[in-house]
Amino acid sequence: MNSTISQEPIYQEVINGAAHWSVTVPAGKTLRFTNPEGASNVSLLFYNPKDLLERYNAPDTLKCQHTFKLTKGNCLYSDMGRVFCSITRDDTGWIDSVGGLANKHKVAEKWGERSYQTQGNLWLQNGYDAMLVELAKYGLGKRDMAANINLFSKVAADAEGNLQFEQNASKAGDVIELRFEMDTLVLMTTCPHPMNPASEYPNHGVEVAMVEADPVSEDDYCRNFRPENGRGFENTERYRCVSQASTCCEA
Amino acid sequence: MIKESDLQAEQASQREVVPAGDYYMQELKAGQTLRILDLEGNQAADTLFYSAADPSERYSAMDTIREQGNVYLTAGTKLLSNLGREMLTITADTCGRHDTLGGACATESNTVRYSLDKKCMHACRDSWLLAVAENEQYGLTKRDITHNINFFMNVPITAAGGLTFEDGISGAGKYVEMRAEMDVIVLMSNCPQLNNPCNGYNPTPVEMLIWDAA
Repeated sequence: MNSTISQEPIYQEVINGAAHWSVTVPAGKTLRFTNPEGASNVSLLFYNPKDLLERYNAPDTLKCQHTFKLTKGNCLYSDMGRVFCSITRDDTGWIDSVGGLANKHKVAEKWGERSYQTQGNLWLQNGYDAMLVELAKYGLGKRDMAANINLFSKVAADAEGNLQFEQNASKAGDVIELRFEMDTLVLMTTCPHPMNPASEYPNHGVEVAMVEADPVSEDDYCRNFRPENGRGFENTERYRCVSQASTCCEA
Repeated sequence: MIKESDLQAEQASQREVVPAGDYYMQELKAGQTLRILDLEGNQAADTLFYSAADPSERYSAMDTIREQGNVYLTAGTKLLSNLGREMLTITADTCGRHDTLGGACATESNTVRYSLDKKCMHACRDSWLLAVAENEQYGLTKRDITHNINFFMNVPITAAGGLTFEDGISGAGKYVEMRAEMDVIVLMSNCPQLNNPCNGYNPTPVEMLIWDAA
């Protein structure tokens, strides 16, 4: 079964637009993101909670799977050759891996100056500062901010390498599911994608739910999506055995 | 874009040949120009830049490609920091295209890409880690090792969103040149990768030349 949509969530919440949050997801759980109106952008970063120096590595992820876009079947790799999570469902068909985050200047230039002083809790934030806040909660900072991914956003490139942000790439109700293969600290912000051409600040939230994942079988779609992923899973399993040596490992 | 340089090698203030598998770590002052010369062809120079004044400001692949609207680097490309500021400008390029998506090889990623038993082969990220460990004066650690530039590498993207690793388009004597717009630390690993056809399975030396501001 590839979808967990019928499963009862262990935990769920709505993250408003222009906001940020973080959660540690245990191995064996799935995070399900639902795009309520089709216009959300969710930027994500991933860290190993036991070793914060291990983090999502965009180039390793792209090159080992020979892909520029991320979608169902792809795995998200750490810099240590392990799989944080597998994309088990992607209704959009294209998760952006190159757009990055908008900073204060970019947001001001595109959608006007914003501040708490003028807007109070309706203040619309920028993705870069939003991630800095989440990073700081774990003793991390600017130096630890890796290249992120953007759910529900599509950035394609033509033969000459010119980038194009595709509007309406996601529709209302689209779901993306990430199945975690190791314990992972997930940082997220719902601030808008820096390439979104909307004339008004796109202020859209996301629904997040955590559900129990089915055990990974030998014929698992993501594990077998590419031969590289089989090796990535093996690295991850070896690490789990070593890091939980007292409680496992009967593979 | 092919653009030749007016600078003469004999007028360079510094020249250093970096053998395959070694690193180069050096400060470049604002206004100085750095040339990376592919001496024998098809070599990859995996490079990171940091602001010398505050190394938490560093080259950002995401900001650079997004703001120039293109994934490839060549003459005219401004290399931007994580704060969106111009760090360097590519002023000359006889190769025509450089990659900033593919990242650097590592012992760990080699196990995934090639085979679990490739773990103990030399890799760029090892060279960078040795560089930061041997040059403590810069205050850099593993957390500063980020998404880099691969000078002389050709990693084309397909319309369907694929990523392909092609034979290098560089050759003996080709070079890329960049002018520093702020004081920067250059950290380059001259790639020792023996599993990738990009360098014809034959890592070779590069030369780093620096000219002072005119």
